[in-house]
Amino acid sequence: MELYAILQVTWWLLLGVLLMGLAVMVGMDMGVGAILRYVGRSDLERRIALNIIGPHWDGNQVWFILGGGAIFAAFPLIYATAFSGFYVVMLLLLWTMIMRPLGFEYRSQLASPAWRNVWDWVFLVSGAVPMIVFGAAFGNLFHGVPFHFSWDMTSYYTGSFLGLLNPFAIAAGVLSLALSAMMGSLTVMNGAEAALFQRARRLAQLAAAVAIALFAICGLWVHALDGYRLTGGPGPGVPQTPLQQSVALAPGAWLSNFAAHPLLWLLPLAGFAGMAGALLAARAARSHLGWWLGALAWIGVIGTAGAALFPFMLPSSTDPSMSLTLWNSSSSRATLLWMVGFAAFFVPLILWYTSWAFWVMRGKVTPEQITRGDEHAY
Amino acid sequence: MMVNGTVVALSRIQFAATALYHFLFVPLTLGLSFLLAAMETVYVTTGKPIYKDMARFWGKLLMINFALGVATGLTMEFQFGTNWSFYSGFVGDIFGAPLAIEGLMAFFMESTFIGLMVFGWERLSKGQHLAVTWLVAFGSNLSALWILVANSFMQNPRGAAFDPLTMRMQLTSFPQLIFNPDAQSKFVHTSVAGYVTAAIFVAGVSAYYMLHKRHVELAKRSFRMAALFGVLATIAVITLGDALGFVDARVQPTKLAAMEGLWKSEAAPMPFNLIAFPSQAQRRNVADVRVPYLLSLLVTHSLTGTVPGADALERQAVRRIKDGIPAVQALHVLARNPTDAAALAEFDAHRKDLGYGFLLERYAPDLNDATAAQLERAARDIIPPVAAVFWSFRVMVALGLLMLAYFVITVLYTLRNRIQRKTWLLKTAVWMIPVPFIANEAGWLVAELGRQPWTVFDVLPTWMSASTHSVAYMAFSLIGFVVLYSVFIAVEMYLMVRAIRLGPAEHGDAGGPGPQVRPSLSPRPLPAAPYGRRLEG
Ligand code: HDD
Ligand code: HEM
Ligand code: HEM
Repeated sequence: MELYAILQVTWWLLLGVLLMGLAVMVGMDMGVGAILRYVGRSDLERRIALNIIGPHWDGNQVWFILGGGAIFAAFPLIYATAFSGFYVVMLLLLWTMIMRPLGFEYRSQLASPAWRNVWDWVFLVSGAVPMIVFGAAFGNLFHGVPFHFSWDMTSYYTGSFLGLLNPFAIAAGVLSLALSAMMGSLTVMNGAEAALFQRARRLAQLAAAVAIALFAICGLWVHALDGYRLTGGPGPGVPQTPLQQSVALAPGAWLSNFAAHPLLWLLPLAGFAGMAGALLAARAARSHLGWWLGALAWIGVIGTAGAALFPFMLPSSTDPSMSLTLWNSSSSRATLLWMVGFAAFFVPLILWYTSWAFWVMRGKVTPEQITRGDEHAY
Repeated sequence: MMVNGTVVALSRIQFAATALYHFLFVPLTLGLSFLLAAMETVYVTTGKPIYKDMARFWGKLLMINFALGVATGLTMEFQFGTNWSFYSGFVGDIFGAPLAIEGLMAFFMESTFIGLMVFGWERLSKGQHLAVTWLVAFGSNLSALWILVANSFMQNPRGAAFDPLTMRMQLTSFPQLIFNPDAQSKFVHTSVAGYVTAAIFVAGVSAYYMLHKRHVELAKRSFRMAALFGVLATIAVITLGDALGFVDARVQPTKLAAMEGLWKSEAAPMPFNLIAFPSQAQRRNVADVRVPYLLSLLVTHSLTGTVPGADALERQAVRRIKDGIPAVQALHVLARNPTDAAALAEFDAHRKDLGYGFLLERYAPDLNDATAAQLERAARDIIPPVAAVFWSFRVMVALGLLMLAYFVITVLYTLRNRIQRKTWLLKTAVWMIPVPFIANEAGWLVAELGRQPWTVFDVLPTWMSASTHSVAYMAFSLIGFVVLYSVFIAVEMYLMVRAIRLGPAEHGDAGGPGPQVRPSLSPRPLPAAPYGRRLEG
């Protein structure tokens, strides 16, 4: 294969890794936010839950920012087309997400219960909405998105906001929410004791069960959807625009990669195994093990979606031939190469110091640490 | 191709408003993180607990500010895609890279370690904690570096070329992108402007305590550090601002003409418009106050140098537009047939003026029968809104000189330990707090308004760059941002003022009581840690 094609695949894989990092790390924090009102019955309990992720939420959130930055750098056309096409949904995602940093820093600055209650609702909304949007966006990829290009690559989006809320996308959105609630619960279990721990434990099992059911339903559903297949075009490693290829639609075509490469079935298997394992680990009160299994579940789910869609990244329903694939929407060879260099250096470094930060802050958060009146405890 | 003009205008307003808003919080983070690191360094080297109290108190204010910096930064990261999708597709190959590197190199570092900085006092050794604080400061400044590399590509696009095969700009030289001279001078000027901001802020809040005779020890020391830091930073910001003007004169002559209100080219030595009332419609200054010789000295550092006025620049634009027409036409052919050799040759011959061809397309969608009047209109577009740029620049410079005067006086008094008795100076210090914020915003107005009509200078006009949204969508998002951001700023200001009123929790000296008595403070120690440990530090 030509170097350019290898770089394109490398960045497709790296983007997958970033999305998995995003789902695991941001998903867990959002999960804690979404379940906060349920698992934490008193203000003290809620503060314990918040302080479990307190030292890490900001660092974790960078997975999300980097996901955006990496799409911009490696697949600029995807960034441009998807972010502008999904305008209203993106704004919902953004507006809910930007309330969260304020929630952490501002919630416990005032003692008023009304004030704190408002922020607890903010945590619910800013945890649940982005995760649903995240999943639903993936779901919509399987349907195709109504956009097309003019001769100079100006993109036009012709769908409506409601069109994005089709049943398949909603199922995918709830799946994503369930997984993040599961991870949030396991995270709370990692850092809490007593009643908080028990409620989180029950919720983790429930969320895992829901996730298993939805992942299975989505998997069966995909057979009935019209999948996309690349039937002609310049192919990998050739500089091109999306105006030069041809694409055909066929029911069940999203599964053709699995038919061609049966090893790919390991991905959905990992998804199910991770969810089931997390459920059992939560039941056995072994939340650290459960957390890692939950991360495996995310890897399996996102990997499954990626493997099914490959080489498509943003299929167009208006004109399937204008669909964005990794071959026609990636950056130039020079950019991809430089970025691989930076990623190869910084990603391991980031993983190293992130692990160190978690290790420094390890252990349980106890009620007395909070009531002692810590200046900075959230 | 044609984006609705109202949509472009609304997209510009939205981007400008959210970017200016983001930049209300960024400079304070940039500077305060360094001041904190300096305070903690003094604490670690001298062992005096008061410096730890200082670091913790200013750290608390930093966090209130930081939350909004992060929240509004998220908006920025989204907006290129949501509202400038043509722009993002057209230059994403180049522009996206520094943005992604910023995430990899800077945001991760800053955000991971800021968690440890806040929560880690008891869990880290003194040295480790100090290292963490320094990493936060470096992280925030690195993020400024990379975002400004990205921004400088828009001001002075280097290291990129248009590829007809992909119909967009592509990276040709990464070193040229990052070693853009515009990026270098911009980075130092902007980050040092952040230090000025933090110095004024710390000095102002400390002055408030001294005026009210609270926390005097802590306030005095903070004030002194801020004043010294501030005087150096202000000198630097002015020197570096001058360097930035020097760079502008070469790469963005239209911006410079607007900054100086230069409608007509003149012979050397050129006079400087101290005050002027530029009229875009009449293409002249309605009234002005001029200082002879000064402009040549300021922007060329000589008495014989000249810079072109708007008239000469427009004449040059007419030539470049004519040259750009065949480039755009060749592109139409290449879009259909990327290997058409004749079109490719034609394009290569005229490619450097492609952007100017786009400028004309706004008025003459069919370039074949563009009229002389249309050409004239397109050429006039290259002059940015002069009055706004001219006055923003004057505001920034005037405030810079004001702050320099203020810091020189404060340093004199604070070094002679007289500052507490100079009530008038302390009152001034409190009133100075908004000044650097205004200067920062004015500076960005110069930089970004002065770049008009381009998003990427000489390459991509603003009117083409926006996403093809409906007016209704834009109204919806704009209203949403206004509502949300208004609530945010109200909450932030309230909490900030409240935290300042409450004042630091001190162990080194007995400050006056705050309006409310706070519970004792202990930073989440390990369960086994004895409560008193924090006093020994
Ligand atoms: C405390 C804030 C502050 C102060 C006192 C000054 N500046 Fe400034 N200036 C900025 C804060 C700033 C800024 C917000 O940081 C900008 C916006 C874009 C940039 O690069 O920095 C800026 C931009 C900016 C630009 C436009 C850059 C461009 O076109 O890209 C010029 C020419 C100057 N400055 C020059 C000056 C001069 C000659 C000053 C002398 C007093 C000065 N600045 C004081
Ligand atoms: C990397 C940093 C930045 C980039 C890449 C950037 C990019 C842009 C873009 C794409 C636009 C819209 C197109 C236009 O109207 O020209 C714009 C406009 C603007 N930006 Fe920036 N911006 C950056 C930083 C900032 C910051 C930090 C501020 C202010 C604090 C700012 C202030 C503005 C203003 C005032 C406008 C409006 C100009 C107009 O009305 O046309 N920019 N900028
Ligand atoms: C218009 C383009 C810009 C984008 C896309 C952008 C993006 C962001 C993002 C995503 C964050 C949050 C990071 C986190 O979670 O830690 C952030 C914060 C920050 N940004 Fe920006 N930014 C822009 C302009 C600027 C400029 C021009 C500067 C500096 C000169 C700057 C400096 C910072 C700093 C220092 C922070 C961290 C401190 C804080 O949050 O207050 N940004 N920005």
